[in-house]
Amino acid sequence: MNGAVIGKKHLPFRIFLGRAAVVLLAAAVLFPVLYMFMNAFAQETDGGFFPSRFGLSGFYEVFVRRPDYLVKFWNSILLSVAIVAGQGIISCLAGYGFAKFNFPFKEAVYYAVIVIMLMPYQVTLVSNFIVTDALDLNNTYWAILLPGIFSPFGVFLMRQGFETVPEELRGAAMLEGASQMRILMQIALPLCRWQLMTLVLLSFVDAWNMVEQPLVFLKEAFRYPISVFLAQMSESRIDILCTCGIMVTLPVLLLFLFCEEDLTDSAARLKS
Amino acid sequence: MKSNRLKNGSSSIQRKRSWVGFLFVLPFLTGFVIFFFIPFVWSIAYSFTGGVGGMRFVGLSHYQSLFASQAFQTAAVNTLRFLLIGVPLVIFFGLAVALVLYGEFKGNSLLRSVFLYPLTVPIAALITVVRFVFEKDGALNHMLSIFGMQGSDWLDSSAAFGVLILIFVWKNCGYNMLLFLAGLYAIPNELVQTAQLEGAKWQQILWYIRLPLLKPTFFFTAVVSMMNSFKIFREAYLIGGESPDWSIYMLQHFMNNNFRNLNYQRLSAAAFLVFLFICLIVGILFWWKRRGDVEV
Repeated sequence: MNGAVIGKKHLPFRIFLGRAAVVLLAAAVLFPVLYMFMNAFAQETDGGFFPSRFGLSGFYEVFVRRPDYLVKFWNSILLSVAIVAGQGIISCLAGYGFAKFNFPFKEAVYYAVIVIMLMPYQVTLVSNFIVTDALDLNNTYWAILLPGIFSPFGVFLMRQGFETVPEELRGAAMLEGASQMRILMQIALPLCRWQLMTLVLLSFVDAWNMVEQPLVFLKEAFRYPISVFLAQMSESRIDILCTCGIMVTLPVLLLFLFCEEDLTDSAARLKS
Repeated sequence: MKSNRLKNGSSSIQRKRSWVGFLFVLPFLTGFVIFFFIPFVWSIAYSFTGGVGGMRFVGLSHYQSLFASQAFQTAAVNTLRFLLIGVPLVIFFGLAVALVLYGEFKGNSLLRSVFLYPLTVPIAALITVVRFVFEKDGALNHMLSIFGMQGSDWLDSSAAFGVLILIFVWKNCGYNMLLFLAGLYAIPNELVQTAQLEGAKWQQILWYIRLPLLKPTFFFTAVVSMMNSFKIFREAYLIGGESPDWSIYMLQHFMNNNFRNLNYQRLSAAAFLVFLFICLIVGILFWWKRRGDVEV
């Protein structure tokens, strides 16, 4: 039972129109994916939508002839997983703190966090380099990991979620003598699965796609993640480009499928 | 003691625990100050100095040269234009799709996934497709020529701005849809049902019940969309390189080029202006979010 309570027999024209439009929009959204898929399995394609011959030349090049691709793939996994794990923990703690407690200057601090979150990355590029240099982190993965882990977006997302946790639940748990940490882990977090999964997915995508940070902070090219490699690739063979495109989407897609149920269904569960 | 606290209501529970709350935030704040706040303040201070070491105070001279610069003006106008067109569009599409997919029908969870999918496509892979469609001898122009129409060089003319908006909406629409869906589900059903019993039309329910109750969601999507609109630089960069068509020359191009020319002070001055602008927008959004809120 929700807004669109409709009889089976005649669908109001408005609803039919809306659904038709959304289906069309979805087809348009999927087009780039179809294109990549078609061309990844093409044999020496000229870049048309329907390749004239199907084959695995792209996969052969990527996996057999140029194994550096796989090394960079591994770098990407390592960096992204570490950032997601770190950011998840930090953001849950801070989001809970901002949402459910009062301390001096809380809102002022939060305002600063949001404003700085919105600043384009280029703004602090130079001084960020100076800071990581002073901490002797340059040319190590830490120079990329730490700013990623402390990125404010997760805090913003989790605060928004924790604010919806009913005070009565917390009050009851406190009466039972539960510590704040336990309330966070056993009451607030399960209620905010949706936000947590969104955070996991989005911060993974963000880390997976990063281009600027490795270029600035890492010297040796063999430590670059796959995203940098792809962004700099001036490849004229479309089958290789599309194979890389598919391969690089794959981990994100798997994660997406893993989170999907939580993302779309737990939104639905809220209505009970 | 504890029951007393409960009787006093939720606010007193919060007030009593002030330092515990701070402890929760502390790990984040430490990292935030080191990796975001200090670099930020540093670069702002830098914009008022001159000379090789950046140690001499020169007041506002960088700002004067900035305002005189044609490149900066173009970049600022483009960024603002992108913000003003892109953000409302992506919020509108997110809301529209969410309103349709909120209804229960076969295949709606599949459709939800489809709209979320663009979030996962890496930029480099996306650009391949964008080139295929919009390049001079790309698919779109081929299609137009079949219908006897004159195509244009979409990526290297003022049309590039439109392409960039398209990519932005394509990529972020699903995320806003997700946020609006969660917002819609959080609205108590009784409200909508009562209104329906009273004979309220669909538009009236949308306008008087749903949209007002979606206010926190609007706030959130506005902030996130704004953040993402600044990230569109990557796509613009992959389309046009360091000096793309003027229509998509963004503030980040300007900053990036000044970074390459080692003109850090000018970069910082531009950054400070961006900062002031963002402060203003976020301030307005915060004010709007608070307005009419009942203090608990």
